[in-house]
Amino acid sequence: MNGQGATADPQLQQFIEIESQKQRFQQLVHQMTEVCWEKCMDKPGPKMDSRTDTCFVYCVERFIDTSQFILNRLEQTQKSKGPFSETISD
Amino acid sequence: MDGFSSDFSAGGSGGKVDTGTIMEQVKVQIAVANAQELLQRMTDKCFKKCIGKPGSTLDNSEQKCIAMCMDRYMDAWNTVSRTYNSRLQRERARM
Repeated sequence: MNGQGATADPQLQQFIEIESQKQRFQQLVHQMTEVCWEKCMDKPGPKMDSRTDTCFVYCVERFIDTSQFILNRLEQTQKSKGPFSETISD
Repeated sequence: MDGFSSDFSAGGSGGKVDTGTIMEQVKVQIAVANAQELLQRMTDKCFKKCIGKPGSTLDNSEQKCIAMCMDRYMDAWNTVSRTYNSRLQRERARM
């Protein structure tokens, strides 16, 4: 007994880590599908046309770019402005 | 979801709960949660696309629209999943 309960079992711990990672992936897929659906889907037709499909591909790429851009820029702002870091780390 | 904690402590006094059993249960719960998530978002999106003004019944053209919308939503989900996955692969290769 180390007071950690479930984490004591290394096999279980590894399992939880992998499943958590898979779950974060799935969650982001749900989120991006929803966001890009709004951007790309007009009226749902009998099949997915290639123009819409391409829109989804670009949408995902640009969404990730945006997320990374914002993260980078926030990091830079944090470095140049000291006091800002306190408000964000709270 | 409240069955979750009790499952873990079920074998508390005696031996340990079998790790394999726990993993199976977790997998099932994850699958259920993901299906619910998809169902909820799909319902939301397809209701918005297909039901202009809610009438006294779900009419034939609305049902057709919903069916197509469901298929397209799955297509979109798969495209997003594939694109995100290859992006992750590319970024991992760059590191």
